[in-house]
Amino acid sequence: MERKNARPAREVVVPGDVLDDSGLKSGDNTYVLDGRIHASVLGVKNVFQNSVSVIPLSGRYMPTTGDTVIGVIEDIGPSNWLVNINAPYPAPLHVSEVPWKVEFGDTSRYLNLGHVVMLKILMVDESKKIQVTMNDSGLRRLEGGRIVEIPYSKVSRVIGKSGSMIQTIKNLTDCRIFVGQNGRIWVDGDGENTDVAVQAIEIIGRESQSNNLTERVKEFIGSKLPQAENDEEEE
Amino acid sequence: MSGQTDMVLVDDNGIRIDGRTADQHRPIKIEAGVLSNADGSAYVEIGKNKVLAAVYGPRECHPRHLQNPSKAIIQCKYNMEAFSVSDRKRPGPDRRSVEISKITAEALEKVVLTELYPRASIDVYIEIMQANAGTRCAGLTAASVALADAGIPMRDIIPAIAAGKADGHVLLDLNKEEDNYGEADVPMAIIPSTDEIVLLQMDGNMTREEFDRAVSMGVAACHEVYELQKDALKRRYTAKEKEDDSDE
Repeated sequence: MERKNARPAREVVVPGDVLDDSGLKSGDNTYVLDGRIHASVLGVKNVFQNSVSVIPLSGRYMPTTGDTVIGVIEDIGPSNWLVNINAPYPAPLHVSEVPWKVEFGDTSRYLNLGHVVMLKILMVDESKKIQVTMNDSGLRRLEGGRIVEIPYSKVSRVIGKSGSMIQTIKNLTDCRIFVGQNGRIWVDGDGENTDVAVQAIEIIGRESQSNNLTERVKEFIGSKLPQAENDEEEE
Repeated sequence: MSGQTDMVLVDDNGIRIDGRTADQHRPIKIEAGVLSNADGSAYVEIGKNKVLAAVYGPRECHPRHLQNPSKAIIQCKYNMEAFSVSDRKRPGPDRRSVEISKITAEALEKVVLTELYPRASIDVYIEIMQANAGTRCAGLTAASVALADAGIPMRDIIPAIAAGKADGHVLLDLNKEEDNYGEADVPMAIIPSTDEIVLLQMDGNMTREEFDRAVSMGVAACHEVYELQKDALKRRYTAKEKEDDSDE
């Protein structure tokens, strides 16, 4: 939605660029100096209603309360797991936040090093201490399948406008796909279909700048899986 | 600064050995996003200097005792390759590179919004592939482009350049000969939006008037470097778009 508004004048700004001095409100990724709004990251200038913000083009994922992310178990303690969620900080997952009843010291029976889980960010406090949970609908351990990593800033393009892009990929490749807000995407399906879905997502990550992305992705999948397009038409 | 030579560094017309005038900098080339495995990177050529900078992070800070609970720390490593100078440089950190790492990190701390990432660390690696005087400025120029490329929030991009004195003339952006046989070298870096100085050193001797001239020359040149830095970052994304347009 934001992107649509940004499209007419898609202006790339660098840190320090003056965005506005006519009294707009300063939004995300900006700072105010001497009454002028400057950009603080490399990104695309976005004026929405009466505030100006910058949509970053790169950068590291910062967890926000309520995000659904895909994490990899990195360390095991007697009453918690440490999960790598691609953020600057590790996310501890406490035994009280998993859907199983875990005895003290019995953590590795349920989740072990390298296991992949879907998590929800419960809370991020002032000092960026993170709490995550698996106690919510749809959150679980992900078995099988493959993980694609793309820059987190491209996640919204993978999902597309009200989920149109991800739905297209799902329909055409017949894969199960989960998207984490942290830029990790889990894909599972039959043989070649998975490969194609993964490649399609990688294309979005690389070429998210371009127009007609959905069309190009459709075309790509069509060229790799000739039968897929027919399937969709039949439906 | 130390050597003696009968070389004429500045001729009667005020032209230097590489054909520049006193207030001209060497040709500068900046490219952003050259390394695929770093979070951000940049390659800078200033004359014969060739510098690569890579940025990783913000990430968990190791060793833990360096963590700062109120802000991120910037860890910088300046390293000259053994083949970067005409006599092989003994590899590994030495007094000089430790000093440059420290002043670079301190200059960058002034612009990076470190308070957004408490307990984290932002790691900057500067590799000097080829050196020809002025590598600390080239390194800092590259490092700040790499930081912006990594998407790290910062107030501004830092350009850096040296001024100095050789053969009795105040000169901008000294080359190797002018640096070795000259009288003084003044590297500096500024925050362009406010003209604050974040790095200023002086090696050698100058009068107060000469120093003031050197600083104002340096500040003017820093603004030129700044435009090249911005251009490099913007080019990285707009070039891609053009490519796409031609496909369609």
